[in-house]
Amino acid sequence: MKIMVAVKQVTALDEDFAIRADGRDVEEEFFLRDLNEWDDFSLEAAMRIKEAGGDVEVLAVSVGPEPVDEALRKCLAKGADRAVRVWDEAMAGSDPIAIGRILAAVARRESPGLLFAGVQSSDHSFAATGIATAAFLGWPHAAVVSSLEYRAGAARALFRRELEGGLLQECEIECPAVLTIQLGIATPRYASLRAIKQAAAKPIETLSLADLGLEASEVGEAGSASRVRRMYVPPKGRAQLIEGTPAEQAERLAALIREFKGAA
Amino acid sequence: MSEILLIAEQRRGELRPASLELIGAATGIRRAEDRVVMAVLHERPAAFVEALALSGVDEIITVQGATSEFDPDVHEAALAALISARAPEIVLVPHSVDSFGFAAALAARLSLGFASDVFQLERAADGLKATRGGYGQKVSVEVDFPGRRTVLLAIRGNVFKPPEERASPKVSEFAAPPIASRTTLKQFIEPLGADDVDMTSAEFILTIGRGIGEESNVETFRELADAVGATLGCSRPIADAGWLPKSRQVGQSGKTATACKLYIAMGVSGAIQHLAGMKHVATIVAVNSDAGASIFNVATYGIVGDLFEIAEELRRHF
Repeated sequence: MKIMVAVKQVTALDEDFAIRADGRDVEEEFFLRDLNEWDDFSLEAAMRIKEAGGDVEVLAVSVGPEPVDEALRKCLAKGADRAVRVWDEAMAGSDPIAIGRILAAVARRESPGLLFAGVQSSDHSFAATGIATAAFLGWPHAAVVSSLEYRAGAARALFRRELEGGLLQECEIECPAVLTIQLGIATPRYASLRAIKQAAAKPIETLSLADLGLEASEVGEAGSASRVRRMYVPPKGRAQLIEGTPAEQAERLAALIREFKGAA
Repeated sequence: MSEILLIAEQRRGELRPASLELIGAATGIRRAEDRVVMAVLHERPAAFVEALALSGVDEIITVQGATSEFDPDVHEAALAALISARAPEIVLVPHSVDSFGFAAALAARLSLGFASDVFQLERAADGLKATRGGYGQKVSVEVDFPGRRTVLLAIRGNVFKPPEERASPKVSEFAAPPIASRTTLKQFIEPLGADDVDMTSAEFILTIGRGIGEESNVETFRELADAVGATLGCSRPIADAGWLPKSRQVGQSGKTATACKLYIAMGVSGAIQHLAGMKHVATIVAVNSDAGASIFNVATYGIVGDLFEIAEELRRHF
């Protein structure tokens, strides 16, 4: 069986950054890119199923231009068997719904028994891509899975969802299914230096719009459920900075603690 | 006239507070001629009518479903039928673990306009605008929904105020289409109390985050917390790594610092999930080496500096 792991190369911002002239995004030169933290955990969940036995292929899939290869190589270095990158200029500006449509088209070609996505991405935090993918596929789905019991090839998966306040909900789902994976499901492994070197030499398959049978109007801004009008830096928070040497800062903090204790 | 449809959330027979906050969000954008309609899905939905009969709600729809607890298949089928029948202009749901499980699917299936974690709404002449965070909340992102007849928005919690006044809205019924679910709910499991601490009743909390670097450093901060008389708490990465028990985690999937009056966050970056558990605290002191950390946006006092130096200096005073 195959497990498809949808991953995203997320963008953090440099400490000082500038909004683009058109006001709709941040200037690209301030972008710091990395594999989404949640995706490290969904890849790990897939690797654990593979290592528990059975014939399992772990397939990492991402949507984006060439720099995204770096995130996919990280997945290969951690043990993914194959990596697929999907891109077409028409996909620029895709929101999670449009990305879901693209990932669903990849899943139709690959027919995985399970599809994992992170609960959310650390940059835009929609918590939507995995579940939108499931809707386009018509597959059963569950969000915020914090533990999973699944034997390769089984018709059902048993899992727990992490609800608010730490309450857990145990469920069973029919496969193929889409699960969005929560941080902490299993401790992600580090890639060995040797594995990183080997991953650098592995091929990354690429798929285009035409390969997936999608129209340009179904992806990018045209295929998205929202459109960015503008981005701006929100008004600064209210923190009053305590300046000085560490000794002076600690003294002020100690005074705040005494003040609290006096009042309590 | 157009309709704003709100979808209440309940769990184990209890209405979740975020459901009532949706009324506050709708009140802010309704026009005089609009109707605000609250729907609740349950095996016995009538049980929730009284709690939902609040000022700002024009109609309550009780949606009779096959299951009481959240089930993605049942929820989506019922809400898809309801949205098709009522053709609302705007649909609001809480941005919650349950809505993570159905909102995007509903938007994809019905081609709705969609945005999640929305904390600001505006209805202008050129349409509905929603604002959410971007790049780890470093920027605000205003989005719109060109060409969409219905827009589904998942609303951030603790932003909009629920109404206090009671009212007597009209109540109508809606039958959810029968559907065989592909997910079986087995049971709910209460969070484990690995340690007898109760973060919700602590008045003074000292929380550690990823910034402490290594597990061996936990002890330093445990001693510091003891010395100053604070309850030691942590952010998610510390609990996930097993450095402190889950019962000490403050945040959305951990505990809410309900009774806390003084909160010292050391090396906590301030992910939105953590802030959900502590941003209401009267006095928050954030200590972090990164001046750009989000925690400084909610803190009362900020110390930009080395955690260990501050901890060591602070220790001299207690």
